[in-house]
Amino acid sequence: MTSDSHADGGAHSSTGLSNNKLGMWLFLGSECLLFGGLISTYMLYRGRVGAGPRPSQVFDIPFTSVSSFVLLMSSLTMVLAVSAAHKGDDRNTYLWITVTALLGATFVGGQVYEFTAFYNEGMGFTTSLFSSSFFVLTGFHGVHVTVGIIMLMSIVGIMKRSKVPGSKAETVEMIGLYWHFVDIIWIIIFTLIYLIPA
Amino acid sequence: MTTETHSTTEHGMSNAGYVRIAAILAAITALEVSTYYVDFGHFFLPALLIMMAIKFVIVVSYFMHLKFDNKLFSWVFYAGLILAITVYGIFLATFHFFS
Repeated sequence: MTSDSHADGGAHSSTGLSNNKLGMWLFLGSECLLFGGLISTYMLYRGRVGAGPRPSQVFDIPFTSVSSFVLLMSSLTMVLAVSAAHKGDDRNTYLWITVTALLGATFVGGQVYEFTAFYNEGMGFTTSLFSSSFFVLTGFHGVHVTVGIIMLMSIVGIMKRSKVPGSKAETVEMIGLYWHFVDIIWIIIFTLIYLIPA
Repeated sequence: MTTETHSTTEHGMSNAGYVRIAAILAAITALEVSTYYVDFGHFFLPALLIMMAIKFVIVVSYFMHLKFDNKLFSWVFYAGLILAITVYGIFLATFHFFS
């Protein structure tokens, strides 16, 4: 068991668990507080539209639904990459990581299109408290997705050069945890911000 | 087969299992989107919040493997989540958001 654990995760804490994994879960727990603050601020200000457009006037639910579906499916491809990594199947690991990054890029592209459309409809960053809190919240999420894409593409390059320190499978799993977290945050944003009217 | 069994028991589920979970998530998302077009009356808000919570728990439990991993990881993550809900619940209540 001990040798298995070490083969799986490198350095371990006194609990016998991987330090990397424990650190990642602590980080994700703290991220709940960051996004909790941004979501609460949006909830508080979503009715403060001033002279700008109301949420219902600018939100394109069919478009955002498709984006949400794309991000949801990227969680499936990510978990398939993690599964392949644990089986030592490098070819499928690269394949599913690349598909995940492409789906993530599609989501970010959709967000850029959406932001541009909102701006053209008169909803800029400083138009109202609603618009500021909306752009900060969804922008922060978009940055998280972009960082995830960079991590995904980086790990493919690092793995191909066989320069992954420690266990490859655990490294892919850590990035997977981050990616799924970004997905669950969008699950909350999609419901609270887009589907529940102000 | 040995590798598959090892993978299934130590790292969650089989690939077919993950696809089934994704299909369930897609179905719930479709139901969520339907609330935008169909009038659910008083059930609208609770139904949406319940579906959101179900999707959240499914992703965390199965895709992030918390269901199969050491319970300490669950405690660490859910402690952060519960702290966030409590702190920001009080924050919103202070500004009379719920009234």
